Amino acid sequence: MPGAGRKLKGPPARREDLYSKGSFKVADTVVGATPDPHAPGDDPSRRDFIHIAAGAAAVGAAVAIVWPLVDQMNPAGDTLALASIEFDLGKVEPGQQVVVKWRGKPLFVRNRTPDQIAAAVKDDHAQLRDPATDESRHKPGKAEWLILVGTCTHLGCVPTVGGGDYGGWFCPCHGSHYDTSGRIRKGPAPKNLVVPDYAFLSDTKIKVG
Amino acid sequence: MSGHSTYEPKTGIERWLDTRLPIVRFAHDTALSFPTPKNLNYWWTFGGILALMLGIQLVTGIVLAMHYVPHVDYAFASVERIMRDVNYGWLIRYMHANGASMFFLAVYIHMIRNLYYGSYKAPREVLWILGCLIYLAMMATAFIGYVLPWGQMSFHGAVVITNLFGALPIIGAPITTWLWGGFAVDNPTLNRFFSLHYLLPFVIAGLVVLHIWALHVPGNNNPTGVNVKSENDTVPFHPYYTVKDGFAIAVFLLLYASFVFYNPNVLGHADNYIPANPLVTPAHIVPEWYFLPFYAILRAVPDKLGGVLLMFGAIATLFVLPWLDTSKVRSMRYRPQAKLYFWIFILAALVLGYCGGQLPDDPVIAQPSGLLLLDADINSFVWLSRVATLYFFAYFWIILPVLGLTEKPLPMPDSISEPVLSHPATTPVGAAASPEKRG
Repeated sequence: MPGAGRKLKGPPARREDLYSKGSFKVADTVVGATPDPHAPGDDPSRRDFIHIAAGAAAVGAAVAIVWPLVDQMNPAGDTLALASIEFDLGKVEPGQQVVVKWRGKPLFVRNRTPDQIAAAVKDDHAQLRDPATDESRHKPGKAEWLILVGTCTHLGCVPTVGGGDYGGWFCPCHGSHYDTSGRIRKGPAPKNLVVPDYAFLSDTKIKVG
Repeated sequence: MSGHSTYEPKTGIERWLDTRLPIVRFAHDTALSFPTPKNLNYWWTFGGILALMLGIQLVTGIVLAMHYVPHVDYAFASVERIMRDVNYGWLIRYMHANGASMFFLAVYIHMIRNLYYGSYKAPREVLWILGCLIYLAMMATAFIGYVLPWGQMSFHGAVVITNLFGALPIIGAPITTWLWGGFAVDNPTLNRFFSLHYLLPFVIAGLVVLHIWALHVPGNNNPTGVNVKSENDTVPFHPYYTVKDGFAIAVFLLLYASFVFYNPNVLGHADNYIPANPLVTPAHIVPEWYFLPFYAILRAVPDKLGGVLLMFGAIATLFVLPWLDTSKVRSMRYRPQAKLYFWIFILAALVLGYCGGQLPDDPVIAQPSGLLLLDADINSFVWLSRVATLYFFAYFWIILPVLGLTEKPLPMPDSISEPVLSHPATTPVGAAASPEKRG
């Protein structure tokens, strides 16, 4: 407190006098106080600064407390560490689809027949909502193997294989039709069925994730 | 309704408490002496019914939580254990599951009452908005609660609804991952849903307190929509409306009991007695009946984001209704044209509810078919949904704003008492000047 320890000569000045001279800084709550931030000798920018700094610190502290509470809902470490899976393609006959679980979702492993591949390639330049060539959706030289995340891009249902107007998949929930390349052709879904990251470990074995 | 308190503490203990915490005075003024319009009909009993239903859901829910296990491996089995092994578990669970349906039935009647009698209009806008918030919280609670048994409908309902948020551009994918706590609906999702399902009813209870507070500032609306002019227009809440509400509650409980004891699963879906399997989606996913109109709106739009926005827009519309309806006349009794459009609106809402339970591409009537309009057969539920959706929004955003300016209302009574006193049955001289004071 500025003025603390200062010796006052003569009779103590009246409080109001001390205020007006700015020699004392007293809390605003003192009875009878008439705080005037622009009183002579009182620098207004100092109080403003304290207000802003205190406010900013409070907001910063609030955000620092809230963020952990929000972020705890994001995937936990063990969830993120979910191992990738390996799958032996030898089990899948031509024309057949096998569904495996990957990261809590179904994964379609489809062994396409030459007819189905031809139908997909033929439509490469048809009017597509989410344009993609069939070649971009399988590994080079492995046209028969279509690996897709088996959730409809509309609202996440599991489409049924072989259904719909294009012989690919049909989603029973809201009527999305996918072709034999897993591309969206009709219905409410906005995107093609997703091709996950995967690699061929050998001719008959893939690793997904 | 503001006014001085008529509470007089009778015993020494009551006087002592009254000067320290006037809680008995508060209860007396709120639930006993509160002046209430004397012409309230049975449509006004659903507030009390709703309060009771909230209480039943809280009590049965807390008991169920003592036996339920929120884990993907145990949730389904723990619910079956409640049904088979826990003493009276079957009763408590059926009360809870059917209680949710009864809660929604009552809230829909309560809301329709508001729409018909214009109870959302000034000075009751905040009361109405609080009610909309309660409804919103109820929908969140009901959806989350339906996921907990972890059956097929639970799981895939959760998948579909959480994926709704994925429709949002850019933030959609991070938000769904955040909601799930993983890359799919899984154990973290079930855990947090259980936590929120326990929390939200208490949020609703808090909102109900605000709702009742906001009711007691302007007081009840009434079937004429005319303001209370004098004490002659009112009767004390007790015994007049405690008894009337009590009778309505008894009748409502009969309906509730008929579901609980005679047809407890009729409102549910058989597929929810199959344990959740993420790899197989049920052939026909449907939400509970009380969500069907919104589900139909969602499916009526061929665009994912558009459907989601329109569905949430249907709920958001309710919040701004007090400013959409331009008519100064509250009650539809005196609005002959609005009344007609109102009943068409009710029909449209019912049609939407019916469409929500059907497959979008199925024909509505047997013949004719094959006439394609845009992307779907004109004789299909998707087109019927579109027509009803259009009317749903037109009613709020076009019809009500315009009608308030163009319609010529019927003459309204000067006061609540007037139509009562001029009614042929009460014409004998001197009769019923203030019936509440007799006897």
